[in-house]
Amino acid sequence: MNIWGTFKIALRALSRNKMRSSLTMLGIIIGVGAVIAVGGIGQGASAQIQSQIANLGNNMLFVMSGSQTQGGMRGGAGTTPTLTADDADAIERECPAVRAVSPGVRASGQLVYGNQNWAASSGIQGANEKFPDIRAWPVAEGEFFTEGDVRTSARVCVIGKTIKDNLFSGSDAIGQTMRIRNLPFRVIGVLSTKGQNAFGQDQDDTVIVPYTTAQKKMRSITWIDQVMVSAISPSATFTAEKQITDLLRQRHRIAANLDNDFFVRNLTDVAEAADASSKIMTNLLASVAGVSLLVGGIGIMNIMLVSVTERTREIGIRMAIGARSGVIRRQFLIESVTLSAVGGIFGVAVGIGASIIISNTLGWPTLVSPLSIIVAVIFSMLVGILFGYYPARKAASLDPIDALRYE
Amino acid sequence: MDTRVIAEQERAADSLVEPALIRLDHIHKIYQMGDIEIHALRGISLHIDRGEFVAIMGASGSGKSTTMNILGCLDKPTRGHYILDGQDVSQLSKDELADIRNRKIGFVFQGFNLLSRTSALENVELPMLYLGLKPAERMKRATEALEIVGLSERMHNMPNQLSGGQQQRVAIARSLVNHPSIILADEPTGNLDSRTSIEVMDVFQRLNQERGITIALVTHEPDIAQYARRVVIFKDGRIKRDEMVETTRSAREELESLPPMEDDDEEDEE
Repeated sequence: MNIWGTFKIALRALSRNKMRSSLTMLGIIIGVGAVIAVGGIGQGASAQIQSQIANLGNNMLFVMSGSQTQGGMRGGAGTTPTLTADDADAIERECPAVRAVSPGVRASGQLVYGNQNWAASSGIQGANEKFPDIRAWPVAEGEFFTEGDVRTSARVCVIGKTIKDNLFSGSDAIGQTMRIRNLPFRVIGVLSTKGQNAFGQDQDDTVIVPYTTAQKKMRSITWIDQVMVSAISPSATFTAEKQITDLLRQRHRIAANLDNDFFVRNLTDVAEAADASSKIMTNLLASVAGVSLLVGGIGIMNIMLVSVTERTREIGIRMAIGARSGVIRRQFLIESVTLSAVGGIFGVAVGIGASIIISNTLGWPTLVSPLSIIVAVIFSMLVGILFGYYPARKAASLDPIDALRYE
Repeated sequence: MDTRVIAEQERAADSLVEPALIRLDHIHKIYQMGDIEIHALRGISLHIDRGEFVAIMGASGSGKSTTMNILGCLDKPTRGHYILDGQDVSQLSKDELADIRNRKIGFVFQGFNLLSRTSALENVELPMLYLGLKPAERMKRATEALEIVGLSERMHNMPNQLSGGQQQRVAIARSLVNHPSIILADEPTGNLDSRTSIEVMDVFQRLNQERGITIALVTHEPDIAQYARRVVIFKDGRIKRDEMVETTRSAREELESLPPMEDDDEEDEE
């Protein structure tokens, strides 16, 4: 007797007790629904964090100059001019895990265009031509400055969207001349919108100029504040950190027993920790949801046991006319798997509905992946097999004579 | 009449060269109830030839039901051999016995034992489902079997829409469909009134006489046993008497002599 025939027998048996079948399914529906909804919330949060990681740039690390100690007072990171553009070149040249490097020089000052003026909250940043690549931040209009602009300390700038909106009132800024710290700069590009960073700071409220221009024309310094580094891959950021540390200790001739005169910050690291904690939370919630699936499975087992007892005579008839015990076992197993699988499919629908409602009412990002749907349905079928096996075995082990005599 | 005579001659000729269809050899059945051993059968030997119609009688506890269970391959003897159609089935596995029941044995029970909320046709198809026949073949054979028992009009009715006699005829059709070696009927008229009992016995007699189907019938009613051609009487786990019926009753003739009653079609509407 083939599976399809057994399946039809099972379906008919289930449809005879519609109320009971649907109540039994309800346990699985709630369980799977909870798993899907919770998984959706968790994956939504995770996706948000992932996009923030991507927002930080391409596998990015920062090298900051070290702290200065003056009369016992330590000034904190970036207070001592230990990093140079040569260090940045060396990092790019000699660290295999590093893909691209840009020196960074920070400046502040008032921006003026026509009768408007503005102070960029994210400051004026000096960088080289690789900035858009390293920060994963392309220009939306115009273009970025070139290596030649960097070499010649050209007075050109690329502005963020917020600057364009405030200083130029949203009108075309390309080719216009604005004044930064009273020096005229030609606007050659507008960056695409990046939005807020993880700390709520408006990243679009910034101006990017060649770092050489910031060094010479704004700060009158020869050092740089930081080096922006892009590693070859997300997993290479740790290797890159080590290679940079070793290289700079060597270049700065730091004895083995002394501290670094620089800091390497691995941003991916921080973000991944946040991601990991969100994953732990998701797993925790998912296991609670899994428990409700388990309870649904016990409900199936309960009902199947009742059903086997009620249908003892039917089992006896089927055995007397030649059903092998394996066929009887399969029939009941298919009934329980059908209950749990159909419940699982409805549960997926309920879970998707719930996560849509959650994201609409609470504003949490949710993401239900096809994989989680497939896993949920397969898992609910496994629940059916697991909890249906014992009742099915019980049915198959009945003695036909006793079963026929059962009232 | 001619065909019947020829059929009987053929059967007689067959039995000379062929071994008995059923041969029970010194069958013992001992049930262990706690510390007590119950000797249900104490060395039964019985031969049934192809085409026979045997009634098995006896008081309750005489061993007739145990014998029936062993004949039906629902139970195994503790000792002794059961040769069915040339095959020793006394010590087969559960699955092998299920296959033997499916192919070689047709069951008719006192309580009809049809699947409820399942049409007459589907009930009759059931043994063929387990034999693994294709739907078209199942449908064809089930329809034929229901025609033989005179229920082709009612094949789509559920058991609860049929009278007792009709239900029993569906059960007989179900026992026929896999062309079994023998039909075992366990008190088939026990739940039926006398007229319906005669109708059911008529079906059995026609199957036996017109189609040469071997039938073993368990009953405790002596007048029902008289429809068979041979009666085996059990007592205390042994065969007490085994004899041919002198004048077999004809259900057909009795039905014809009865006043015409309400027919089957009206019965279920009562």
